[in-house]
Amino acid sequence: MSDLLNKINETLNVKFPGVVEVFETTYDLPAFTINKDHIHEVLAFLKNDPELNFHFLTDLTGIQTADEKQLGVIYHLHNMPKNLRVRVKTFFPMDKPEIPTATDLWPGANWMERETYDFFGVRFKGHPNMTRILNVDEMDIFPLRKEYPLEDQTRDDKSDKMFGR
Amino acid sequence: MAKKEQTHITPPEDTMEKEYSTLNLGPTHPATHGIFQNVLTMDGEIIHKAVPTVGYIHRAFEKLAERRPYNQITPITDRLNYCSSPINNFGWHMTVEKLLGVTVPKRADYMRVIIMELSRISDHLICNSVVGVDTGAMTGFLYIFQWREKIYDIFEDICGARLTTNIGRIGGFEREWKPETFTKIQSFVDNYPKALQEFANLLERNKIFMDRTINCGPITAEMALEYSFTGPNLRAAGVDYDVRVASPYSSYQDFKFDIPIGQSGDTYDRFMVRQHEMWQSLEIIKQAMKGMPKDEPCHANVPDFFLPPKEEVYNNMEALIYHFKIIMGEMDVPKGEVYHCVEGGNGELGFYLVSDGGRTPFRLHFRRPCFIYYQAYPEMIKGSMLSDAIITMSSMNVIAGELDA
Repeated sequence: MSDLLNKINETLNVKFPGVVEVFETTYDLPAFTINKDHIHEVLAFLKNDPELNFHFLTDLTGIQTADEKQLGVIYHLHNMPKNLRVRVKTFFPMDKPEIPTATDLWPGANWMERETYDFFGVRFKGHPNMTRILNVDEMDIFPLRKEYPLEDQTRDDKSDKMFGR
Repeated sequence: MAKKEQTHITPPEDTMEKEYSTLNLGPTHPATHGIFQNVLTMDGEIIHKAVPTVGYIHRAFEKLAERRPYNQITPITDRLNYCSSPINNFGWHMTVEKLLGVTVPKRADYMRVIIMELSRISDHLICNSVVGVDTGAMTGFLYIFQWREKIYDIFEDICGARLTTNIGRIGGFEREWKPETFTKIQSFVDNYPKALQEFANLLERNKIFMDRTINCGPITAEMALEYSFTGPNLRAAGVDYDVRVASPYSSYQDFKFDIPIGQSGDTYDRFMVRQHEMWQSLEIIKQAMKGMPKDEPCHANVPDFFLPPKEEVYNNMEALIYHFKIIMGEMDVPKGEVYHCVEGGNGELGFYLVSDGGRTPFRLHFRRPCFIYYQAYPEMIKGSMLSDAIITMSSMNVIAGELDA
């Protein structure tokens, strides 16, 4: 399996030089961090290349980095015939959270991208309906960002000095 | 069943203009079995367009999970797909075990398999009997429900709860099962096939039921893959993808079972795939009961996550310290990111966990199968009758709790 993964890495490096920022294998799942300007091309390549054939979008979600300066989007792709999974990540600064949509590759990315927008404020360029999905439309924050703590910070009847963050 | 818009009816000139009417299906409609809203644009009885609105019971699970220690997240997972909570619980436990690098003894694996297959039966049983209700056959639903009750009795024996189970612990089970529990499982395995066969006789070859469900809300295999379908809905369309076989967890590689698949992905195929999966689940339970190792502990050796026995807590310093530390969630967890998936009642239930070494996850994302496949619903019901839309929804097994997280 690892031969094939190195091959994917090499193919990507030849095809898109300098686009793969990090390649690592964590808990048996290979993860590529891709430059945000090329994310759509790389996803399309991974999906349409007959040998790689990552045709199934398992999951799409967002994340905020620990320094609270960057947002990320994480794709889990799956090649069902060979039973191979791969994780593709891309990061971009908080002040311009914009990446191209994947709905043209997978129609199923629609709601997952809306959910990511809803919770992290990532704008997917070219998405057919970029609105909130689980939260109310009137909400003006992006609740899964770390700057919005779970509990009301003005409360003084409850100290969390010892436990929790 | 009419799949195309009625364009051949042209009203005479100057009589009336063709117009659509808007119909609100839900949020709380008895036929949707949950809080779903669909704003339908109707052309008479034919659905022209459907716009689903979701989020009515959103409970911010992912945000909550960022504040809770690992063992306190299990009760959250109960509330995802509440028809088969034990699968969600074990899926979460296995994710944490993967992060910690814990190997669970075979006995605990087999016990998990038995519980997971029982809950798969109870999940499919509700879904299929509800398809019966929505097509007008109430008998099967009322008759088969006592068997779900018996499955819940088994859960109650093991963990004390019935619906929101919080069953098991990270590393295995908190205590050994009683001998009566094994007797109950055995009696379920012995007696349920008769009831299931009667339920099958009632619907499977029933002319009215077949006329009603065949070619209703179909989806092709290509479309289903594009929309990231998983579970029985994908298999009904003809793709033999099952997480239990593709990437076995909890010793599923030890068991012999078939993956039933359908052809056209319509309501009847989804119903039949679930029917056959129940038979396969029974086979797996039989094999697990027979092959279960007797002399092994029912949990892995992870004192950091596993509450020590109560008598030791009261008499032994270390046990007391561990008990306190586990309850307060002051445990060391390695840094890393894990994706683990299990075959839930309605598809691939995934957990994407990012840990920064703190007491709580840095980020936890649930890959909820319903949320992903429900977005194909407007396309599946377009051009069909309103009553077909109802049975399409119930045969897709959309669970509001999982959809809205």
